[in-house]
Amino acid sequence: MYGTLGVVWFQAAGCTGCSISLLNADYPGVKNLLLDEIVPGKTLALRFHLTIMGPTGQPALAVLERIPEGEAENYLLVVEGAIPTAHANFGRIGELSMAERFSILVEKAAAVVALGTCAAYGGIPAASPNPTGAMGVKAFLAQNGGNTPVINVPGCPPHPRWFVETVVHLLTQGLPEGKELDDVGRIRSVYPGLIHENCPRRADFDVGRFARTFGEEGCLYELGCKGPYTEANCPYHAWNSGVNWCIKAGHPCIGCTEPEFPDFPSPLFRKATELRRGK
Amino acid sequence: MRAIAIDPITRIEGHLKVEITVENGKIVHARSSGALFRGVETILIGRHPLDAQRITTRICGVCPLAHSTAASLALDEALGISEAIPQNGRLLRNLIYAANWLHNHILHFYHLSLPDYVVFRGALSGFLASGAERDERFSSAESEVLARHYLEALEIRKKAHELVALFGGKMPHDMAIVPGGVTFCPGPGDLAAFRFRLSEIRGFLENVYVPDVISVARRYADYFGMGKVGRLLSFGAFPEENGGAIGRLVPAGLLRHGEPEKLDPREIREEVVSSWYEGSGGHPGEANPCPSPEKREAYSWVKAPRYKGEAYEVGPAARVSLGLVFGPPSLQALARDLLGEAKAGPEDLSSVMGRHISRAIEALFLAKEMEKWLSQLDWTRPVAAPLAVPKEGEGQGLTEAPRGALGHWLRIKDGRIAHYQVVSPTTWNASPRDEKGKPGPIEEALEGTPVGDDALLVAGRIVRSFDPCLACAVQ
Repeated sequence: MYGTLGVVWFQAAGCTGCSISLLNADYPGVKNLLLDEIVPGKTLALRFHLTIMGPTGQPALAVLERIPEGEAENYLLVVEGAIPTAHANFGRIGELSMAERFSILVEKAAAVVALGTCAAYGGIPAASPNPTGAMGVKAFLAQNGGNTPVINVPGCPPHPRWFVETVVHLLTQGLPEGKELDDVGRIRSVYPGLIHENCPRRADFDVGRFARTFGEEGCLYELGCKGPYTEANCPYHAWNSGVNWCIKAGHPCIGCTEPEFPDFPSPLFRKATELRRGK
Repeated sequence: MRAIAIDPITRIEGHLKVEITVENGKIVHARSSGALFRGVETILIGRHPLDAQRITTRICGVCPLAHSTAASLALDEALGISEAIPQNGRLLRNLIYAANWLHNHILHFYHLSLPDYVVFRGALSGFLASGAERDERFSSAESEVLARHYLEALEIRKKAHELVALFGGKMPHDMAIVPGGVTFCPGPGDLAAFRFRLSEIRGFLENVYVPDVISVARRYADYFGMGKVGRLLSFGAFPEENGGAIGRLVPAGLLRHGEPEKLDPREIREEVVSSWYEGSGGHPGEANPCPSPEKREAYSWVKAPRYKGEAYEVGPAARVSLGLVFGPPSLQALARDLLGEAKAGPEDLSSVMGRHISRAIEALFLAKEMEKWLSQLDWTRPVAAPLAVPKEGEGQGLTEAPRGALGHWLRIKDGRIAHYQVVSPTTWNASPRDEKGKPGPIEEALEGTPVGDDALLVAGRIVRSFDPCLACAVQ
């Protein structure tokens, strides 16, 4: 599809956690992602990223503003954070609102990767009562028009592997189509099933051995685990080079990859059967 | 007269704009403006109190542990269990949190700051071009070594996150720190995995990071005289025993141009005269200013916290300066050593280079303390105190984030969160002008600085020395 694919990393209403998570990528590591061919003959070229780029002020803005013409249809727009819509002043970059900047960048992008639950579905800033009218990328495009393809890579933050898997899919298979995407816009193979189905504490659940306080052994369902409602491959790969992950660390899953996060899983420590789903 | 809007300021966390006015070769006026508002404090109202430490963690992806720590301390107090945290819970909180400080200081020096001092050549030269060639003071051979360390540091900071995750579940957005202690009981294998990673990171700090900071500081010694503030404040961090600000490894207190004072958190007041909020501000335990995005006289989403009416710099320079007065002898000896090597004194800490040296001092100091905490862990003992959420209660959680003093204030009513306010380090440092028209610390550090055509480079070096985090400053 592409020899060198430009990457424009656009940060809106977020926390930089998705970027920092990607720094923890393990084979390929972040050095490989920046410098090497990700698949034979294909390289990513990071053009713009506020958190690490050299230029500052007007020279940085100039880089961003040249991209839509200079690299039309040959850049991936990675969005981190939700887009505030209730007032232009809730989020600005170089005098334009984040919504205006995003609209300019998305038009000529080959595709959008909505990275993290905020960019995919609104996430934390869009939690009730959504004080800034924050929206995920797809919802924003549905409201404002625009047909650039969007691939969601949710998670708060997403595991670096989910980004890598999505990019490798794009570079080798092209844009995901039909059944390759699930009903909430994720590549199905990247979010392959419920945490609960693959959980190492599943045996505890099946025999009714439940932890009642923090630090106790047993299934975390009674402590509010949302594993039965959350699709992610955390049980297979764990986090941070595989050293640990939420449930192994004795903390209930809080459903951070799900479209309703954090409103449906809240209260986070209440048993899931006592909660009503649906935003 | 020249007006320059530096928008966006890159190589920091989040969205910051700085406007400077240059007259007769000097910055005569500076305005620091936070450009993003999300409303996390509002989102917390009406939620279950125990959601606070997981939702506030997500204020910031660089220092999430600062918020899970402050929220858990505030909830410990509101739930009446501050004195009941088991020793393992306290030690594990300290270890998880300190690991994030190591990550933060390495990331800040190499990946956020170094491109201001070193000209990168090769594959990343275009992307990292900052204009540093206007004031290049390293030979190309020296720059090549520093550029190699930039890449090495990417790996080491990843290992620091593995330390956080080993006991904290995952990173970013750690999970294990909760009111009452932590959720995870590490076993003997986890302790060994932690110890060996820590020793590898400590080796990098001793052999690469600290020498690199010293060599930048010696080459750019004039920056010990730039970006000075002099009024310093710390809430203290890393409790060595349960409860309060007493017995913290990193001490709490204030310094006004060298004069130490005890801290009284009741004297903090957040002002909003230059910020996009209604009302008149007040103590964060009481006031809850509403956003007002069209307020005319305002220019920032950052509020203006003041202590007895004055703006204070918070962060590593404040902590090391206070450490030299109230801190443990091991910290004092290390600080004097490294300051000596950098040919600087304690009075130079509140400056551009002083902030970098302060981070180096505390990274090395913490790596050593972590080995001590690790040896005190007893993996057969409990890690958390039992907890019950009361119908009514209030709490204050004060700690230090890697960037400086962080406070969470909350009130519980009818079993739900009725009030939540966060005052973070960059709220102090990047604050706009207050009711008396006095500038915030970053504004003050910029004003008076001589600049020529290199204004972007010089201003960038000053602003970045504070390690601003705007997602924290405005939640």
